[in-house]
Amino acid sequence: MYAFEYLRAESLADAAKQLASKPDAKLLAGGHTLLPTMKLRLASPGALVDLGRVAELKGIDKSGNALVIGAMTTHAEAADSAVVKSSIPGLATLAGGIGDPHVRHRGTIGGSVANNDPSADYPAALMALDATIATNRREIKADAFFKGLFATALQDGEIITRISFPVPTKFAYAKFPNPASRYALVGVAVAQTAGAARVAVTGAGNNGVFRHAAMEAALGKAWSAAALNGIAADAKDMVSDIHGDAAYRAHLVGVMARRAVAAT
Amino acid sequence: MSSTGSATGIGAPVRRKEDQRFITGKGRYTDDINRPGQTYAAFVRSPHAHANIKRIDTTAALNRPGCIAVFTGEDIARDKVGALFCGWMITSKDGSPMKAGTHPVLALGKVRYVGDHVALVVAETPAQAKDAAEAVSVEYEPLPAVADLATAQSPGQPQVQADAPNNTVYQWHLGDKAAVEAAFAQARHVTKIHLTNNRLIPNAIEPRAAIAEYDSGQDSFTLYTTSQNPHVIRLCLSAFIGIAPEHKLRVIAPDVGGGFGSKIFLYAEETASIWAAKKVGRAIKWTAERSESFLADAHGRDHMTTAELAVDGNGRILAMRVKTKANLGAYLSTFASSVPTYLYAPLLSGQYAIPAIYCEVDGVYTNTAPVDAYRGAGRPEATFVVERLVEVAARQTGHDPAEFRRKNFIQSFPHQTPVIMTYDAGNYAACLDKALELADYRGLSLRKAASERKGLKRGIGFSAYIEACGIAPSQAVGSLGAGVGLWESAEVRVNPTGSVEVLTGSHSHGQGHETTFAQLVSQRLGIPIEQVTVVHGDTDKVQFGMGTYGSRSGAVGMTAVYKAIDKVVVKAKKVAGFVLEVPEESVDFDEGIFSSKATNKTLTFPEIALQAYIAHKFTGAQLEPGLKEGAFHDPTNFTFPSGVHVCEVEIDPDTGTTRIDRWTAVDDFGTVVNPMIVEGQVHGGVAQGVGQALLENAHYDKTTGQLVTASFMDYAMPHAHDLPSIQIAMSSTPCPSNPLGIKGCGEAGAIAAPAAVINAITDALGHEDIAMPATPQAVWRAAQKSPARLAAE
Ligand SMILES: Cc1cc2nc3c(=O)[nH]c(=O)nc-3n(C[C@H](O)[C@H](O)[C@H](O)COP(=O)(O)OP(=O)(O)OC[C@H]3O[C@@H](n4cnc5c(N)ncnc54)[C@H](O)[C@@H]3O)c2cc1C
Repeated sequence: MYAFEYLRAESLADAAKQLASKPDAKLLAGGHTLLPTMKLRLASPGALVDLGRVAELKGIDKSGNALVIGAMTTHAEAADSAVVKSSIPGLATLAGGIGDPHVRHRGTIGGSVANNDPSADYPAALMALDATIATNRREIKADAFFKGLFATALQDGEIITRISFPVPTKFAYAKFPNPASRYALVGVAVAQTAGAARVAVTGAGNNGVFRHAAMEAALGKAWSAAALNGIAADAKDMVSDIHGDAAYRAHLVGVMARRAVAAT
Repeated sequence: MSSTGSATGIGAPVRRKEDQRFITGKGRYTDDINRPGQTYAAFVRSPHAHANIKRIDTTAALNRPGCIAVFTGEDIARDKVGALFCGWMITSKDGSPMKAGTHPVLALGKVRYVGDHVALVVAETPAQAKDAAEAVSVEYEPLPAVADLATAQSPGQPQVQADAPNNTVYQWHLGDKAAVEAAFAQARHVTKIHLTNNRLIPNAIEPRAAIAEYDSGQDSFTLYTTSQNPHVIRLCLSAFIGIAPEHKLRVIAPDVGGGFGSKIFLYAEETASIWAAKKVGRAIKWTAERSESFLADAHGRDHMTTAELAVDGNGRILAMRVKTKANLGAYLSTFASSVPTYLYAPLLSGQYAIPAIYCEVDGVYTNTAPVDAYRGAGRPEATFVVERLVEVAARQTGHDPAEFRRKNFIQSFPHQTPVIMTYDAGNYAACLDKALELADYRGLSLRKAASERKGLKRGIGFSAYIEACGIAPSQAVGSLGAGVGLWESAEVRVNPTGSVEVLTGSHSHGQGHETTFAQLVSQRLGIPIEQVTVVHGDTDKVQFGMGTYGSRSGAVGMTAVYKAIDKVVVKAKKVAGFVLEVPEESVDFDEGIFSSKATNKTLTFPEIALQAYIAHKFTGAQLEPGLKEGAFHDPTNFTFPSGVHVCEVEIDPDTGTTRIDRWTAVDDFGTVVNPMIVEGQVHGGVAQGVGQALLENAHYDKTTGQLVTASFMDYAMPHAHDLPSIQIAMSSTPCPSNPLGIKGCGEAGAIAAPAAVINAITDALGHEDIAMPATPQAVWRAAQKSPARLAAE
């Protein structure tokens, strides 16, 4: 790790101010992606602005027909939350399947979404649930937010404040873990909202999380695992690495999608 | 020696004495120790698998804040410091000695693997050392690399070591080739298989570390290091590297957090650090980062093998033929040469009466990290060959795999195999019977049908393993090329109040010696276990000893303690004779009490200890005061633990996931000192073996020689949920070659497990075409193939 300056934000406005005050400052949430990267000397921000004390970023609420989760909510808090469990139980299950207990007690939904790791779990849920990402400046739909590998619509100085999930009629996420990292080798989130079906895939696509139009169409007609029979992903769009080549991932997209639907 | 049933003696599941300190964070590992004025080391490592070093410029590094010194290979060469070396000479078939190549402590002109040591940077803080290391500018001329074992010996491949043409270190063989060929010629059936024994990275929880210190007042060195054998490290640093004579060099291996073989060896980091400590005049600490452990700890396994079994019309094995290529990496590590030769081929007879065996092994250089002993060292590789061959042969000849094994088991002992070993004791059928019963082999077809109904494939796999532990008779290993003897030492010091210190040359890095060795003393001297302290891991405290590896601490190390206790008892009886005023020969010692038929007076062990030290009841002419004895134990044979492990898997053909549903382990470890610790050893061994079978694989890119699996993001370690609850039972025959009857248990699980898992997976799939690690992707792909138990090729 290179030397850096540690700054602590006391409020959202303070965080924005501190972030703007240094050209190479970065936000620090749970630190479970950022700090390992810094330890490996792959990232070298000059300053870190710690969001740990920013009250506006905490909390889980039901607001109208939406579940709203503050950016600094840890995966463990989301997994254990009675509000999450009662409104979108599959989301609590997803949060409870991220990493291990250490990771779940440090890592946050805001950090995960901002990072947009192509193997992370949350982005699939946000896409499938048609979630809205609120920042200190605006609101962004998930479809417009995730822009490929580790890339998002966030601009410099923009801070995610909360994520708002319209409560669906059905939702489930099926994850096939990478045998080494236990991130998603393939993860498929399926959601049914008034009439429409949405399917989002993480871990597999060579341009990050994506929606699967053919599956959405099939599930729109009939919400059943069988409706997805014969539909996989196109291997040419898939990641290929030592843990799974494109053909295997393409196949797993189909299997995990059917399992997700079966779990709803 | 049988169990007395005493609460703390041999056979009692005594809670580990050392766990209080480990669990409460009071363990004292090398990195916990800090020396006054300590500096920190960082190593500049090669980013290339193979390159010439054109120029090293240290100016910028030396100008970095806190940087004290930068040393390169040339600085070390200028001081005439010896090179790292391999301590076991292997002779090729043609009589030529192995081509050992060179292994400079820091690279000289050339780097040979990613992570190779280029320069040592010493600075005031760890971060400053890393910063300065980054500022060392090295101009490389990259060379083509050879990282593929399959093709490394082909003509025209890049040469790793100039001394070893075609990257061949040796071409060794063992056994009677003509007899094997004759047997194959008349065989009714020949089974032939191709196996990969995948390369593993040891991953002890505690990374390697060292603190090197020079005391100019005493003109002596101290090295704290994460070692399984501190005396051997001292011997190497003294006799071969030339740091200092042994009496001027103290090596301390304090608490060590796991070794699995990887901490046997003398590495570049501690060697460079101890040399540099005198140069900078301050203590130097180095603690590996996990990334460094991945790159530069000695790796394990990495074989490619073709194996054949000749079987007659009655299902009896006639002969075995094995050809193995063993990847040894870019340099020969301390014991690298012995692992795929003398620790491998002599185990190829397994538990079976095989009339003729012939094995050829090529040791091969590649541009990868050195490969050396890793839990089991050679024996897991041998068991994988034998147990896959036997399984496939049974399937191909239409035999039940359990019965095929039973039919070929060795029945009487001693048994001379065609590959050096004389097995002394065992009852293989007894282990098998118990295993079949505990595993409910009879109920298998019902369970298979139940899985089938869920769309899953169930399979069962056996592994009837043998290992040779307790290494080893010194004369025997000497005749096979070992550079050292493999005895062990002990000293038993009785204090005047009757408490006891055991000084052992064995070293505990997770095995629980502080408990098990104390159990032996408690039982033999009839004193509470709390009255016994076990001292190890410091060359200034403990007499020369050989250390811990190859499951030798029980069979060899404890036997040395046993012999020292014998001498203590002889002396104590003499003291008792004087105190009880009876003839020495009439003194009995039992359960801590000295008595004699000649008197109704008795004395306890502490009372005799006190008498030995106050020396009031005898004169100096009659008896020496004090009570302290030492012993060296050189075993007369290896020990031969054996057992049968049964693995039952359920495969999801849709995803390729393998779930281990049941595991049964029936082991013959001879005398069990502490069943709780032994079960823990089996659990850990099985976990590592399952890791090898399903998950772990050190993957080098074949063309660039980059280590792709250089972190836990890509190197898959087994997690608790990958393992079932393991059913363990013992079926013991005592070992005849040591008085305790101990065989050893530390590696059994890692030896047995891979074949059990792969035999179960292939049973489930209905064909043999799957290699380790059987990852979900590999199993999914294999599940697409049609089941056909035809020839395995
Ligand atoms: C061992 C391990 C296993 C893991 N396994 C999984 C897994 O199975 N599935 C999975 O999905 N993830 C996994 N993770 C990742 C984990 O969930 C991380 O915590 C998460 O990706 C990042 O969240 P964080 O709070 O730690 O963010 P940090 O590491 O603190 O930050 C990550 C990035 O997001 C930015 N950022 C943080 N908060 C905000 C904000 N509010 N607004 C804007 N930008 C922000 C930071 O500046 C930084 O660039 C694992 C991590 C580890 C270490």
